[in-house]
Amino acid sequence: MIDLLGMWPYFLHLLIYIGIYAILGMSLNLITGYTGLLNLGHAAFWGIGAYTSVLLVLAGIPWLLALVASAVLAGLAGLLIGFPSLNLRGDYFAVATLGFGEIIRSILINWSEVTRGPLGIPGIPRPEVMGFVFESNEAFLALVLALAFLTYVFLRRLTRSSFGRVLRAIREDEIAAQALGKDVNKYKLTAMGIGAGFAGIAGGLFAHYITFIDPTSFVLNESVLMLLIVVLGGMGSLEGSLVGAVALVLLPEPLRLIGANSDITWLKTGFAQVRMAVYALVLLLVIIRLPQGLLGEGRNRK
Amino acid sequence: MWSEFFAVLPQLLMNGLIAGGIYSLIAIGYTMIYGILRFINFAYGEIAMVGAYAAYTAIVWLHWPLWAGVLAALAVCSLLGVAIDFVAYKPLRKANRLSSLITAIAVSLLLQNLVALFYGNEIKTFREGPVEQGMNFFGAFITPTQVTIIATAFLLMAGLYWFVAKTKLGKAIRATADDMELAKVVGIDSEKVIRTTFALGSGLAAAAGVLIALEQNIEPTMGVMPGIKAFTAAVVGGIGSIQGAMLGGMLIGLVENIGIWFLPSGYKDAIAFVVLIFFLMFKPKGLLGGKLEEDVRK
Repeated sequence: MIDLLGMWPYFLHLLIYIGIYAILGMSLNLITGYTGLLNLGHAAFWGIGAYTSVLLVLAGIPWLLALVASAVLAGLAGLLIGFPSLNLRGDYFAVATLGFGEIIRSILINWSEVTRGPLGIPGIPRPEVMGFVFESNEAFLALVLALAFLTYVFLRRLTRSSFGRVLRAIREDEIAAQALGKDVNKYKLTAMGIGAGFAGIAGGLFAHYITFIDPTSFVLNESVLMLLIVVLGGMGSLEGSLVGAVALVLLPEPLRLIGANSDITWLKTGFAQVRMAVYALVLLLVIIRLPQGLLGEGRNRK
Repeated sequence: MWSEFFAVLPQLLMNGLIAGGIYSLIAIGYTMIYGILRFINFAYGEIAMVGAYAAYTAIVWLHWPLWAGVLAALAVCSLLGVAIDFVAYKPLRKANRLSSLITAIAVSLLLQNLVALFYGNEIKTFREGPVEQGMNFFGAFITPTQVTIIATAFLLMAGLYWFVAKTKLGKAIRATADDMELAKVVGIDSEKVIRTTFALGSGLAAAAGVLIALEQNIEPTMGVMPGIKAFTAAVVGGIGSIQGAMLGGMLIGLVENIGIWFLPSGYKDAIAFVVLIFFLMFKPKGLLGGKLEEDVRK
C-alpha cells in the first residue's frame, strides 16, 4: 500500500518543478511557438538568470532585486543572441542559438573565479522578501505558483495584444508581415528579449530552491526538454505550455515508482537514461503524429 | 611567446589534421543530406557513437579482429541511418523543415540514452597493448595509430569522392541534389537516392566513430561535440558541397588545435561555435558553397 500522505513532500517537490518548468515553457513558447524562432539555447538564459541571482544574493543584494537583475541580464543575453541571428533562416537560427548556448556553458565552466566552474556554488539561501524567508517547501511552492501565474497573465495579455498578432503574422509569413510595414526584426528581438528575461526569472527561482547550482543544469538537453513542453502542449498556446510542463514533470514518475518498488535493476540504476529516452520518444511521436500538440492552434499550419 | 609557439606549431598542425580528418568524415554526411533534403540531420554525431559501440561489441565481446569490427560498425550504422530516415524523417518530407530538425534532435537523445542504458555510462575502450612510441615527423610526434587515422580518413574521402563523381548512383545523387523534381522527371528514384545517401553518410560517420575510439575512450555522449563540430565544418566549407565539407573539417580541426594554444584549454569546444556563428553571420555561403546562400539567409 502506498502511503499517500507520506508522499506529500514528494508531490510538493514535483509541483515546484512544474511551476518552474511552466515559466520556462511559456517563455520559450513566446519565442518559438508564437514568433516561430526555433530557440535551442533557452537553458542558457535560465542559467544566466540562476547564476546572476545567486552571485548577487551571496554578495548581499536582496533576493527580489537580484531576481529583477536576473531577468534583465537574461533578457539582454536574449537580445545579444537574437540580434546577429535575425537574418538567419529557421534551422540556421536554431543552430546559432545552440552554439550560443554552448558558448555560455563553456563560460560558466571556465570562468572559475566567478562561477567556481564545475565545482558549482553550494549553500545558496532560500529567497527572502522583506524579512520573510521562503524556507519551507510549502512557502516556496506558493512563491513559484505566484510567479508562474504572473508570467502567464503577462504573456497572455502580450500575446493577445496587437503586438502578439504581429508575432503570429511573422511566424506564418514573414515577408507578408514586412510588406504590411511591420519592423519584423524589432518584433523578433522584443520576443527574444522578453522570453529570455522570463527564463532568467525561472533561473532565479530554481537556484534558490535547489540551493546548489553547477553548469550541468543548464545544458542542451534541458533546452530540448523546454522545447518538448512547447511542442507537446502546442505551439502558440500558453495553456498548452502549462499542460506540457505538468506532463514533462509527471511523465517519468510512474517509472521511478515502479523502479523503487520492484527488482528491475536497470530501471533503478538507469532511471535518468530511461527518463530521457521516454522524453525523446514522446518528442518524436508528437512531431510526427500530433504536430499541433495537445492544445495548439489547429489552423492550417505546415 | 611566439618562438615557443613556432616550436610547437608542427605538433599543433598534426593534432589539427587528425581531428580534422574525423570532422570531415562526419561533415560529408551532413552536407550530402542537406544538399538533397535541405535539412540538418542532427543525429550524425550519435551515429558515429553507435559505430564506436558496434566496433566495441564486435571486438571486445565477440573477439572479432579489428578489421571485422570496423566492417560491422559500417554495416550497423548504414542500416541505422536508413532506418532513422524511415522512422523519423520520411513522414515529414512535406512538412516544415524545422519539424525534421526537432525529430533529428529527438533521435540523437534517444540513441544516446539507449546506448547508455544498454552499455552503461562508464567509459570503455577497445585499445590494447602498451602506450605507443611516437615517431618524429618534421618536429611533430605521431603514433602509428594516428597515421592509421589520417590515412583511413583520406582514403575514405577519396573513395566517396570517386563514388559521387564516377558511378551511376553517384551521378543520381548529384542530379537529385541539383534539382529533385527534374531528377524525378528523368526517372531517378529519389527515395532510393535518399536511402543511399543516408547509408553512405552514416557509414562515414561510423568510420569516424571507430577512428575516435582508436585514440580515445568511448562513452554514450562521445558523439555530441564531434557532431556539432562536423556540422560547423559543413557550414564553413559551404553546406551542400562535398569538397567544402572536407576542407571545412580540416579547417575546424586546425583552428581549434592552434587556437587552444592561446586560450585556456577549457575553451577548446567553444572555438568551433564561435567559428560557426561567425560564418553564419558573415559568410553563410561558406568557403565553397555558392548556390545555397538563400537557404541560410532570408
